[in-house]
Amino acid sequence: MKKEEKEKKVQIDVNLDWCKGCGICVAFCPKKVYDRMPDGKPKVARPEDCIQCMLCELRCPDFAINVGGEANGRK
Amino acid sequence: MAVKELLAKYTRMEKLPHIWCAGCGHGIILGSVLRAIQRQNLDPFKTTVVSGIGCSSRAPGYMKFDTLHTTHGRALAFATGVKLARPELKVIVLTGDGDCAAIGGNHLIHAARRNIDLTTVVFNNSIYGMTSGQYSPLTPHKRYATTAPYGNVDHPFDLCELVKAAGATYVARGTVYHTQMLIDLIAKGIEHKGFSFIEVVTNCPTYFGRKNKMGSAVDMLNWLKEHAVPVKAAAKLPPEKLADKFVIGELHRGERPEYVEEYQRIIDGLKGE
Amino acid sequence: MGENDRQAVLMSGNEACVEGALLAGIRFFAGYPITPSTEIAEGLAKRLPRYGGKFIQMEDEIASMAAVVGASLAGAKAMTATSGPGFSLKQENIGFAAMAEVPCVVVNVQRFGPSTGLPTSPAQGDIMQARWGTHGDHPVIALMPASVQECLTLTVEAFNLAEEYRTPVILLMDEVVGHMREGILLPRKEEIVLKERKKPTVPPEEYLPYKADPDGIPPMANFGDGYRYHVTGLVHDETGFPRGRGIDGDRLVRRLVNKVKDNFVPMVEEYLTEDAEIAVVACGSVARSAKRAVDLGREQGIKVGLVRPISIWPFPEKVIRDLAEKVKAFVVPEMNLGQVVLEVERCACGKAGVYGLNRIDAELITPDEILTKIQEVK
Repeated sequence: MKKEEKEKKVQIDVNLDWCKGCGICVAFCPKKVYDRMPDGKPKVARPEDCIQCMLCELRCPDFAINVGGEANGRK
Repeated sequence: MAVKELLAKYTRMEKLPHIWCAGCGHGIILGSVLRAIQRQNLDPFKTTVVSGIGCSSRAPGYMKFDTLHTTHGRALAFATGVKLARPELKVIVLTGDGDCAAIGGNHLIHAARRNIDLTTVVFNNSIYGMTSGQYSPLTPHKRYATTAPYGNVDHPFDLCELVKAAGATYVARGTVYHTQMLIDLIAKGIEHKGFSFIEVVTNCPTYFGRKNKMGSAVDMLNWLKEHAVPVKAAAKLPPEKLADKFVIGELHRGERPEYVEEYQRIIDGLKGE
Repeated sequence: MGENDRQAVLMSGNEACVEGALLAGIRFFAGYPITPSTEIAEGLAKRLPRYGGKFIQMEDEIASMAAVVGASLAGAKAMTATSGPGFSLKQENIGFAAMAEVPCVVVNVQRFGPSTGLPTSPAQGDIMQARWGTHGDHPVIALMPASVQECLTLTVEAFNLAEEYRTPVILLMDEVVGHMREGILLPRKEEIVLKERKKPTVPPEEYLPYKADPDGIPPMANFGDGYRYHVTGLVHDETGFPRGRGIDGDRLVRRLVNKVKDNFVPMVEEYLTEDAEIAVVACGSVARSAKRAVDLGREQGIKVGLVRPISIWPFPEKVIRDLAEKVKAFVVPEMNLGQVVLEVERCACGKAGVYGLNRIDAELITPDEILTKIQEVK
């Protein structure tokens, strides 16, 4: 990843109403972008590390995560 | 496609969030089915989704298609009627391990035998979740359930081998952990003309997980990660290495005439007379 | 044969049922071999493809009933045919069709039961099953043909009623009418009035699949017509989606039951009942013997008449209630140990004697036996 791209933070939206705090996104993010809050729900702690692999979005059982904002063209 | 867009196009958003428990894999499967439908660019107005009874079978209620929530075990028989009566419809069947392999077993092997163009996705969590934790024909030997308090005496089916032997021409197994592969397997199943069968090994933290002390949803996904072996890798491993493992990926692809088309040939043949 | 004369044909009841289904516009049949109804499946297996229709022999009767419901939802006029054992297996999915309001026709050529019984022998032991076979309160229409001609005309009627009321309609034949051959007149196509299910008059975004019109019956879109609605056996509201409250169940099931109860006029034939002092109540093949017995009785100066329910469900209560005021007694011959007799007793309210005449030895009740009973009770 070139340096400037690293600065460009990826937009990660978490719908905390739909999230049930299962922790799957936090546990399996290869870049450890999320921290797990006391209620189990994810906190987007280090979006700059996000490589947009989309695994958190794909594995969210509750459709609560959207990576890359509107331009989320992948998958 | 942004999740919002995917949901707006293919789901009944007002029905979300869904009823499945926290960490249950069914939501992952639903998402994978939607993404496979999106990848195959199916016409939402010419797609019918049919299900039986059980946790899995609540899925069509969230999907913006013609949806049919039938009686326990009978989804494939209902779907056969829909498909044969109106062949231009793409018919997808969403069912559970109990729904399709126990009470629905007879319809499963015959739908496969006919090689009728249906795409069947089995949410295999090896338990009856809706009725809170009884063992199913997919529950492994010695595992615990409310009706197997001393460990399951039964041995499970190898559902993919069963369906392949019955005549299905596309057979695959995936897991909710290997999500990208799962979407691909389902998309290929949709694309394939004939009886397509995708068994999805998924986790039920509330009943199977608790009864068998498998920890949290995360632990159960890790279990899937460690116990699933892609078909190519499995081919290179000696049997003893696969003892407590299961194989995932595309397991079988065959070519046989598709049922509805064969019947149409009869109709067309009679037109001449 | 004159230009407008109908064609006279010799055929069995099962064959006439096939003719009727084709005249009614059947486009899907799913069935499973079972004596004494298999000829219906065989006839449609041969004829349906010529009409562009689809025939399938499913793996069992449960699957056959499921496939019929699926096909009907996809827009096809659909039917299945069976006998007692298969009729028992179909009950759950018949209940689904009633709950989801899916038009379909279920032919039950009754045979001697219970269980395997006497497969080639007649009986009328499934009458209450036709009413209460599936669990829970639900609407039902069941018609009982008494001749090969009626096997044809009532099959057409069954399709029309199914489409009109969006409910399963049961054609309750028995082995006698199913297998006997007699001359019938094939109605000309233009004589047949066909009914189609009500279509939605609103665009998809405004369509409420289970919002009923004043008659209690909702318009029905077919799968693939672009309405994208949800069908379930769970209690549901106007949108078709599951609703778990008791009031939702109350509202839905009352509508389902009332749409038939409030609108369907029971079909019944009365013969010489105007001055009758004794009324024989008989349906299906037994009604043939009963009619003969009535004639014989009249020859002996006995004022006897026949009431023949054509729709056994809903039961023609009014005719029985009115006659109970006039007649001394009802005689109810049936090839079972007493099922229609219970309905007659219920409607007679003690105002007239009700006498059953019951044979369950696989033989058709004869006119003389009925006449003897008439003489006893007069």
